[in-house]
Amino acid sequence: MPTPDEMAYYRQEELLEIDYRPPERGWMDTPVDFRRGSYIYPGKAKMLEILGLPNPRDWAVTDEDWKLPDNWKQIVLEGMAERLRKYRSFKVFMDSCVRCGACADKCHFFIGGGDPKNMPVLRSELLRSVYRKDFTALGKVLGKLGGARELTVDVIKEWFYYFYQCTECRRCSVFCPFGIDTAEITMMGRELLGLLGIYVNWVIEPVANCYRYGNHLGIQPHGLLDTLEFMADDIEEATGIRVDIPMNKKGAEILFVTPSGDFVADPGIFTCMGYMLLFHELGLDYTWSSYASEGGNFGLFTSHEMIKRLNAKIYAEAKRLGVKWILGGECGHMWRVLHQYMDTVNGPADFLEVPRSPITGTVFENARSTKMVHIMEFVADLIHHGKLKLRPERNDYVRVTFHDSCNPARAMGLLEEPRYVLRHVCNHFYEMPENTIREQTFCCGGGAGLGTDENMEMRLRGGLPRGAAVRYVQEKYGVNRLAAICAIDRATLVTVCDYWAPGVKVTGITELVANAMVFEGEHERKVDLRLEPIPGMEGEQESEGSGSDE
Amino acid sequence: MNVLISLAAVVVLFLVGLLGGLPVLDIVFGILLPYAALAVFLGGLVYRVLGYARVPVPFRITTTCGQEKSLPWIRQAKLDNPSSIWGVIGRMALEVLCFRSLLRNTRTRLLEGGRLAYATSLTLWLAAMAFHWSMLVILIRHLRLFTQPVPGAVQWLQDVDGFLEVGVPVIYLSTLVFLVALAYLFLRRAVNPQLRYISLLDDYLLLFLLLGIGLSGFSLRHLIKTDIVAVKELTLGLATFRGVSLATLGTISPLFFGHLFLVCALLAYFPFSKLVHMIGIFLSPTRNLANNNRMVRHVNPWDYPVKVHTYEEYEDELREKMKAAGIPVEKE
Repeated sequence: MPTPDEMAYYRQEELLEIDYRPPERGWMDTPVDFRRGSYIYPGKAKMLEILGLPNPRDWAVTDEDWKLPDNWKQIVLEGMAERLRKYRSFKVFMDSCVRCGACADKCHFFIGGGDPKNMPVLRSELLRSVYRKDFTALGKVLGKLGGARELTVDVIKEWFYYFYQCTECRRCSVFCPFGIDTAEITMMGRELLGLLGIYVNWVIEPVANCYRYGNHLGIQPHGLLDTLEFMADDIEEATGIRVDIPMNKKGAEILFVTPSGDFVADPGIFTCMGYMLLFHELGLDYTWSSYASEGGNFGLFTSHEMIKRLNAKIYAEAKRLGVKWILGGECGHMWRVLHQYMDTVNGPADFLEVPRSPITGTVFENARSTKMVHIMEFVADLIHHGKLKLRPERNDYVRVTFHDSCNPARAMGLLEEPRYVLRHVCNHFYEMPENTIREQTFCCGGGAGLGTDENMEMRLRGGLPRGAAVRYVQEKYGVNRLAAICAIDRATLVTVCDYWAPGVKVTGITELVANAMVFEGEHERKVDLRLEPIPGMEGEQESEGSGSDE
Repeated sequence: MNVLISLAAVVVLFLVGLLGGLPVLDIVFGILLPYAALAVFLGGLVYRVLGYARVPVPFRITTTCGQEKSLPWIRQAKLDNPSSIWGVIGRMALEVLCFRSLLRNTRTRLLEGGRLAYATSLTLWLAAMAFHWSMLVILIRHLRLFTQPVPGAVQWLQDVDGFLEVGVPVIYLSTLVFLVALAYLFLRRAVNPQLRYISLLDDYLLLFLLLGIGLSGFSLRHLIKTDIVAVKELTLGLATFRGVSLATLGTISPLFFGHLFLVCALLAYFPFSKLVHMIGIFLSPTRNLANNNRMVRHVNPWDYPVKVHTYEEYEDELREKMKAAGIPVEKE
C-alpha cells in the first residue's frame, strides 16, 4: 500500500474533486487540519544548533504542544513591530489590500486544492488580522468585526501550515492592483515563526549544510571533486572528450556557481555536464569553488538574515580566488537572491571587474554592479555572435516546451534569453498557453522549500496548473521534454510531469545546448549526455546504443 | 452579517445627519463637523504618508512583468520591466491611471479531467475604472460649490458630463456610472462565495457609504430639491472661512445635511480604512522601483554584520580531505 508521501497514493479523480466553495464557518473559526501529505516535518534541533537559531528542540507538527518559549507571544509581536519599522513593503502591504479578490484564482495551490486560505488575499489576512489587533486603533476597538483577532497558539499553527504552503512564486503579485507581494508576506511570516524556533527540516537542514560545507547537500570538497570526475567520465563516454575540473583555482578569470542540486540528481547532472563541456570547448579560464559550491540559497526561505549569511560565501570566494567576475548557472530562487539581494547584503563587489565575455568581447552592462552574469545571457550572447558550432538536428527527437521558472521570470525578467538559446539548439520548440508562461508562469508546486515527499499531496495539487499546461502541449504538439532553468524545477517537475503529463521528461537548457554543440575532437556522437542513443544517429551496424547497456 | 451591520450603520449615520435640518444643530452639522472631518482626513493622510515614508525600503524587490534589460539586441519591456526612472514613472502612471495590473485579470476554471481554462476577465477592471474615474469627475464637478466665479474647466467638465441632456436639471453621466459601478462592486462581493468569505465589515461599510452619498446627492439634485443658492452660500462660506448666516442655514433641507454627514463620515474614516490604498499604490516597492538591481547597487540603511562561516573555518575543518584530493589549500 502506498503512503501519503508517495505519488501512487493519490488517485487523480479524487484529487480533482476540488470544491472551490468556502466552508460555512468563517475562516477565523476554521482550525488547521494537519493531514499527512500536506505539511512538512519540523526542523531538527541539531540543525538549529549549527546555525545558532533560537529554541532548538525536537517536536512534531501533530503534537499538541509545540514547546514554544514561555514569552512566545511577546517575541512574535515584538518581531512584527520590528519588521513594520524595517520593511516598507510589509507595512504598506498590511494596509493596502482592498480584498478585491483578483489574486484568488492566481495561486496554484488554490487552483489545485480549493482551500480558501490558499487564496493569496487570505494568506495575507492570516498575518493582517493579528496586525490589526495589535497595531491599529480600529482593530483594537472593533476586534473581530474589524477583521482583527487575538494571537494564539492556534494562529501560530495556522501560520506554519499556510506559510509553508506558499512557494513565494509571486504570481499573485503580478495581478494585484497594488503590487502586494505574497512572497514578502510569507517571508515575514516565516521569519516570525523562526523567532520561535519553528522551521521545516527540508529548508533548515540544507541551510545548515550550506552554512558549514558550502552547499545544501553537505557535499564535502573531495566528494564534490569525485562527483564532477564521475560526470567527466560520462562526458568522455558520450563525446570522447576529457574535460578538466578546475577546483578552487586561484587567478582564474571566472568563478562559476550553480545550484548543488545539479551535482547529484538526474536530470540536473546532465545540465552540469553541459556546463563542463561548454566551458571546455570555449577554453574558458574558470573555476569551481568547493567553499561557494551552492548558487541556491535556502536562506531566502528562512530569513533575510540567513540570505546574507549564506550568500556571503560567493563574494568572499571570488575575492579570495582573485577572479574577475562571476558566472551563474541555471537556477530559480538562486537568481532572485543574486539579482535582488546579493549586491545589497554583501556588496559592493568593487574588487571585481564589469563582466566581459572573453569569447565575444561583450561587456555585460546590465551586471555592472553585481558582476554576476546568468548562463543564459552568456550563452545567448555566444550564439548571437556565432561562436558556437551547433547541430540542432541532434535534438530532433526532443520536442521541447519551456517552463519559465518563477524567479527568473518575475524577479528578473529573463524571458527571451532562454527562448533564444532553445530555438537555436532545438528545431522543435513549442510554447505552453500564454496564461501559463512568462510573467504569468505557474510554479512547479515545490519551490521555497516545499519540494519534499512528505508534502506530496500539496506538490501534486500545486503542480496541477503547470501539469495541465504541459499535457496540453503534449497532446497538441507531441511535446516530450520540458526545459527549465531551475534546479528545484528539475527535481520537482519530474514528479509533476509523471503525475499530470506522463511521458514528458525534464531537462535543463544547457543539457540541450551541449547535445547540439559540435566539439573540437569529439568522436561520433551516438548517445546524448544521458548516454541514451540519439535516434537517427545510432549508426546502422549497432543494435544497442554504445553506452546504454550498462 | 457584515452586510447588515454596515447597511444599518450607514442608515443610522444618514438619519443622524438629517438632524442637521434642525436649528442650532445645523451649525454643528453644517459647519463644525465638516471642518472636523476635513481635519481628521488631512491630518490622518499626512500621518499615514509620514508613517510609510519613515520606514525604509531595504531591498529592491520589483515584480518584473516583462523582458529585462540585458543584451542590446534583446528588446526590453520598458514599462512592465522598467530599468530607468522614466520607465518607472510610466509604469506607475499606468497603474494609477489605468489599473494596469488589474487589466491582466483572468478567470481560471477547472474543466473535466483536470484541464484548466483561463479567460480574460475585465469586469472588475471595468467596474473599478468606472467607479474611480466617475468619482473624480463628481468631485471636480462639486468644485462649482466651492468657487466663485466657477472656473471654466469645471464648467466645461459639467457640460460634457451632462451631454445626454436628459431630465431637468440634466442628469450627469458620471452620477449614473458611479452608482452602477458601486452596485456592481457590491453585488460581486455579496454573490461570489469566495469574495463573501474574505470580505470584512470595512468592505461593505465603504460601499454603502459611497452608495449613500451617491443616492442622497442624486436625490438632492433631481428628487427632493433643496435651496441650491443657500447651499452654495454655505459651501463657499466653508471654503473661504467666512462663515454663513443662520438664516441661510435654516433654509437648507435636512436631506442635504444627511448627504453632507455621510461625506464627513467617509472623510473621517478614510485614513483608518482600506482606502489608504490611495497612498499605498504609490509606495508599493514591487511597482515603484526600477529593475536595475545588477546595474546599480541598492543600499539597505539598516544593514548589519552577520555571523558567517569563513573560508578559514571551512578549510580548518576540511584541510586534510582537501589535500588528499589535490584541491589547493591556503595553509599547508
